[in-house]
Amino acid sequence: MSVLIDAITPVLGAEFRRDEGLHPSSIPSCIVSREKFAETAKAMKSVHALLAAEWASDETLFGRGFGIYACYRWGAEYLIIKTEAPFDDPTFPSLTKRFLPAYRFERQIHSLMGVTPAGHPDLRPWIKFEDWPEDAWPLRKSFDASKPMPRVFGEYKFVRAEGEGVYEIPVGPVHAGIIEPGHFRFQAVGEDILNLEERLGYVHKGIEKKFELLSWQEGSRLAGRVSGDTTVAHSLGYCMALETMTGCSVPERAQWLRALFLERERIANHLGDLGAICNDAAFAFMLYQMSRLREIMLRTNHKLFGHRFIMDRIIPGGVAADIDADGKELILKELKKLLKEFNKLVTIYDENSSLEDRVRDTGILIPDKAREICAVGIVARASGLNLDCRMQNPFPPYDRIELNVPVLISGDVHARAWVRVEEVRESIRIIRRILETLPSGEILTEAGIPAPDTSGFSAVEGWRGEIVYWLQAGPNSEINRCMVRDPSSVNWLGLEQAVLGNIVPDFPLCNKSFNQSYSGHDL
Amino acid sequence: MIRILKQIFRTGIVTEPLPTEIDSEITEVGTKLEDAIRKRFRRSLTIRQVDSGSCNGCELEIHAINNPIYNCERFGIHFTASPRFADMLLVTGPVTRNMEIALRRTYNSTPSPKLVVAVGDCGCSGGIFGESYASLGSIDKVIPVDVFIAGCPPTPAALLHGILRAVGNK
Repeated sequence: MSVLIDAITPVLGAEFRRDEGLHPSSIPSCIVSREKFAETAKAMKSVHALLAAEWASDETLFGRGFGIYACYRWGAEYLIIKTEAPFDDPTFPSLTKRFLPAYRFERQIHSLMGVTPAGHPDLRPWIKFEDWPEDAWPLRKSFDASKPMPRVFGEYKFVRAEGEGVYEIPVGPVHAGIIEPGHFRFQAVGEDILNLEERLGYVHKGIEKKFELLSWQEGSRLAGRVSGDTTVAHSLGYCMALETMTGCSVPERAQWLRALFLERERIANHLGDLGAICNDAAFAFMLYQMSRLREIMLRTNHKLFGHRFIMDRIIPGGVAADIDADGKELILKELKKLLKEFNKLVTIYDENSSLEDRVRDTGILIPDKAREICAVGIVARASGLNLDCRMQNPFPPYDRIELNVPVLISGDVHARAWVRVEEVRESIRIIRRILETLPSGEILTEAGIPAPDTSGFSAVEGWRGEIVYWLQAGPNSEINRCMVRDPSSVNWLGLEQAVLGNIVPDFPLCNKSFNQSYSGHDL
Repeated sequence: MIRILKQIFRTGIVTEPLPTEIDSEITEVGTKLEDAIRKRFRRSLTIRQVDSGSCNGCELEIHAINNPIYNCERFGIHFTASPRFADMLLVTGPVTRNMEIALRRTYNSTPSPKLVVAVGDCGCSGGIFGESYASLGSIDKVIPVDVFIAGCPPTPAALLHGILRAVGNK
């Protein structure tokens, strides 16, 4: 029996109403009244469920008001709870008091959809900037997204610390390196960080709104550009959500190829990150060695699949690139060489005491905090949470691949680096397994068009962590709403917690060990 | 330590002559460029990279031109942290509404004469994001651009080629 369903049954009693429009049907979902929305959150908290995402959808085209959705996860189970708010009274009870990640989700809902979470402690705009017109809610259907918005005067109030010797360091949005823009506001005494406040939204490109203007086919191209480093996982998430809605069954060979792309993306990014973490601890040797290995992988990708990041190769209904016997041979040879070199470098990392001095006990995210912010992916696994969609919510072919998930409990920079080390080795093993088993057959089938007023859900383990997609088809089977939840949307909160009490010069190192996406968060 | 040294010696120099796809052109441009950089920029071209709204794909490839295989430093190309030291802005796009002011400020902080190179399909034309309430589209909508490098994302070789083109033009 399901733990989550059991937990909400006493709260809802006879009121339990299933949302029939959601696919896949294996994921339970129910519609509750606004009063019960917060109560169900309490019930979820009592069984230690985590909040995976919270979002709103403008359902005026169906003759309804706003739908507010909360998605909970407990182990392998997901549960989506929906409540509705009428158009003339756009409010819903806030979940922030029960679940910390709701803090940002709800600010986002408030800023972009204009639906107010009642009881939320901090309703400053999020992603929406102070110079947007107050009534600009781009995710509403009545909003004209094609026109530029005028700038108005406004001020964003940062949290301030006061006292003797307390000072403030503003950083960004344009950072010192070749990275994405975002603003960090430190309050510090001497070198110690008292508080860090993130201010994101600089790369808000209106992605969620843009989806609504595209066809279902074009959507996968846009999904592949939500976060360029996670292009495979994002397009996979989008395609899987769409395919569950249309009932399309993807050819087996395509499923295995998708897993191959996903694991190659994981290895390439982990290699880059490991090099960059060491470089931020002034160990440039590792950066150059790792980026050399990374380049070898990207070139093989280009040679075999026609793109260095395998962008646009996962499309609705299957994949757009295949592999032959020579290709397999090439990958196996490449991996053999890569693993040998990688292991040597890991030994060097492990034996370097001055590096160890920097990465151990730096930027600790304790397991309790990680659970509180409902962290996902590498960040969660480095802080004692055994979470991995490939294991808990396995999509084919992962239901046939046994998987070792590395979990560490120290939650420091080293733990986050070491999870990556273990995952590189594991992914190499998985790729070998995939190439061994790869069935023959078609790689693409007709994806189809979903029925009106249905929705589709998917969760995919990208290299950063769990990516959630939720698609909703409008009255004419067009895209009514596409909700994207990159792992960064929750993990950014972890960085704020992890740097407390660390020294300011260690911030780049902590930040790099998280390496969250700005673009995937800002959308 | 001995392991580090061993690894360094075993790896040797992996820097490649520029890739064959644009090889003949590039060796030619490369030599010219070294001359140009030597003359105009006293042997060093300093670049400030600005992400004005990209998806991070272009940034990864800009990182790659710094790796030992492409090794852009051999041409005297160097990335700096401050626009005030920069000869060139390497800007990825599309320019978001929320980054517009920061981009203008960065441009104004860069001393003249300066070069601006727009990177990627989004930087050149707005790409898939186009123009909307949140995105202003291509870089040249906001600041003057000297050279455009297309691609989604452009390969490291294309990036080097574009940078060389920008220097050669002036």
